Amino acid sequence: MNIFVFVKRVPDTESKIRVDQAQKKIVEEGLNFILNPYDEFALEEALRLREAKGGKVTAFCVGPEECLTVLRKCLAMGVDEAVLLKDASPESYDGLRTARILAKALQTKYTGADLLLFGKQAMGADNSQVPAMTAELLGLPQANVVVKLQVEGNRGTAIREVEGGEEKVEFSLPAVVSAQKGLNEPRYETLRGIMAAKKVHIPVLPVEELGLGAGELGVGLEVTAMDLPPARKAGRVLAGTAEEAARELVHLLRSEAKVI
Amino acid sequence: MILVYIETRKGKVKKSSLEALSEARRQADGLKIDVQAVLAGTGLEGITADVFACGAAKVHILDSPALDAYSAQAQALALEALVREHKPAAVFFSATSLGKDLAPRLAARLGVSLASDCIRLAVKEGRLEYTRPIYAGKALLSFRLKSSPQLASLRPNIFPLFDSGKRSGEVVKKKVALDQDLIKGKVVELLGEKASALDVTEAEVIFSGGRGLKGPENFGLLRELSDVVPRSAVGASRSAVDSGWIDHHHQVGQTGKTVSPNIYFAFGISGAIQHLAGMSSSKVIVAVNKDPEAPIFKAANYGIVADLFQVIPPLKEELKKLLAD
Ligand SMILES: Cc1cc2nc3c(=O)[nH]c(=O)nc-3n(C[C@H](O)[C@H](O)[C@H](O)COP(=O)(O)OP(=O)(O)OC[C@H]3O[C@@H](n4cnc5c(N)ncnc54)[C@H](O)[C@@H]3O)c2cc1C
Ligand SMILES: Nc1ncnc2c1ncn2[C@@H]1O[C@H](COP(=O)(O)O)[C@@H](O)[C@H]1O
Repeated sequence: MNIFVFVKRVPDTESKIRVDQAQKKIVEEGLNFILNPYDEFALEEALRLREAKGGKVTAFCVGPEECLTVLRKCLAMGVDEAVLLKDASPESYDGLRTARILAKALQTKYTGADLLLFGKQAMGADNSQVPAMTAELLGLPQANVVVKLQVEGNRGTAIREVEGGEEKVEFSLPAVVSAQKGLNEPRYETLRGIMAAKKVHIPVLPVEELGLGAGELGVGLEVTAMDLPPARKAGRVLAGTAEEAARELVHLLRSEAKVI
Repeated sequence: MILVYIETRKGKVKKSSLEALSEARRQADGLKIDVQAVLAGTGLEGITADVFACGAAKVHILDSPALDAYSAQAQALALEALVREHKPAAVFFSATSLGKDLAPRLAARLGVSLASDCIRLAVKEGRLEYTRPIYAGKALLSFRLKSSPQLASLRPNIFPLFDSGKRSGEVVKKKVALDQDLIKGKVVELLGEKASALDVTEAEVIFSGGRGLKGPENFGLLRELSDVVPRSAVGASRSAVDSGWIDHHHQVGQTGKTVSPNIYFAFGISGAIQHLAGMSSSKVIVAVNKDPEAPIFKAANYGIVADLFQVIPPLKEELKKLLAD
């Protein structure tokens, strides 16, 4: 199987986010960046499929030069090849732009994938857009938020999480699948993997050279403000015994907060 | 016109779709346009009353058995045709599992960007402005969309329902023929015992438990609370889920679900930043924790510093009494 995995470099989840309101952006200095956690599930699934069925796994990342570190991590985990689609422009929060870059790369330079694995969401932009958009641009079926995946010949079956249950999705390959936590338990890189990854050459392809029109590389969002969420009002600690506090609480929920 | 996609499940219209419709109706007033709704599938004629009540001027039904079982490809194709015919200024979805799956698919098909999971809409200088949380709610991004039609999905449980006073109106049923060769995937089965239970993302009240619950059996206490309160559900921290005490479906937080119920009860949850990411847009947060220094108290509107096992029984009785009235 020829499997492609798409990974993004994102601020780690512990990061304290600072906002530059004048520039309408977040302050990136001082942030610690990591491989998007959901993409680790996608990577792990790709590696397991390769182990079971043979084939090759390639990781792709759209972003600046700094993304080479997350691609090295993919190599250390065991992917065969990694490609940086180099894009120097800042975070656009526009999933369509990323999807267009990926779709174009896959139509022109990197053809022949049987399975396209994504994370269900990139932390930060929190968009959950790129997998479905890429699928549509390539005319492929999709299964998003997947917790179980089976591939047999040129057919796939996935279990995806929905409100209050799960859906079983059947599709033909090639297909787009996006990974949810629960799909698998990602492996750690080994020291040997890390050492070997250092020696691998990672091709760097500037997105401007993919043959996309200027309009297609443009950003569809016009940011009007970047703010911190309003601080929650200081809360109230209810005194007394557990019974008294419980009674007071229910009373306040109805009479003060008016939520029940 | 703003077109709103109305989701149905088991022959009923989803409340979160009605919320998106209601908000569309409020924004459409500012834009001096009307709101229409679209439902996809067969046998849906009888369930439009709430759709008119929440502000639709007209209801379109895309009538095809190929749209009964969900396929993102099939739905996107059918919706594209409707959009090209009626040229709405905007198309709204609710940011449900289905909305998150379908809206980006349709956006790419139409070649437009998408505003996902919005929590606030406004009309400024005659244009729609979208606000959505990013970095797990640690920042809020406001923006306009340059392209037309504008596509957006709206977070459930944020936008109040609108009441037009109407219960009926014009329904336009359209037979759609889909090119089956273009449809390469679809849902074949809905699974899980949970299919009947309310999901945390849909619940108006959530009783969530963390490591402080001590073991799987004690999630039963939260289920008992949930039995008392209508439209409520049981949630959990990642620690509880990772310990195998409860299914991952229930996890709230950065790697779980994002919820915004009217009341979020956190029992024995410390309030790690990744947990807060999933529930800080709740209207009221109640924390029960025996550690007065637990960070959850900083996010909570009401806090009880006590052993949760002492609080749950009287709380259940008080809620029962209140709701019996
Ligand atoms: C990438 C990443 C993603 C993550 N995603 C999520 C996520 O989606 N959701 C999530 O929840 N976490 C997430 N986490 C984990 C998070 O950092 C915390 O570890 C987790 O939320 C802690 O769960 P907890 O509050 O149940 O446990 P603890 O932090 O151990 O807190 C237990 C609390 O219970 C209290 N307690 C104990 N006994 C009692 C009692 N008898 N009565 C009252 N109180 C009691 C204690 O005082 C304590 O405050 C993520 C972490 C990472 C790194
Ligand atoms: N810049 C990127 N480069 C490569 N893959 C990406 C990029 N952005 C998003 N993705 C993929 O798309 C998934 C969903 O991202 P998003 O739609 O931004 O939430 C991620 O988990 C990645 O698998």
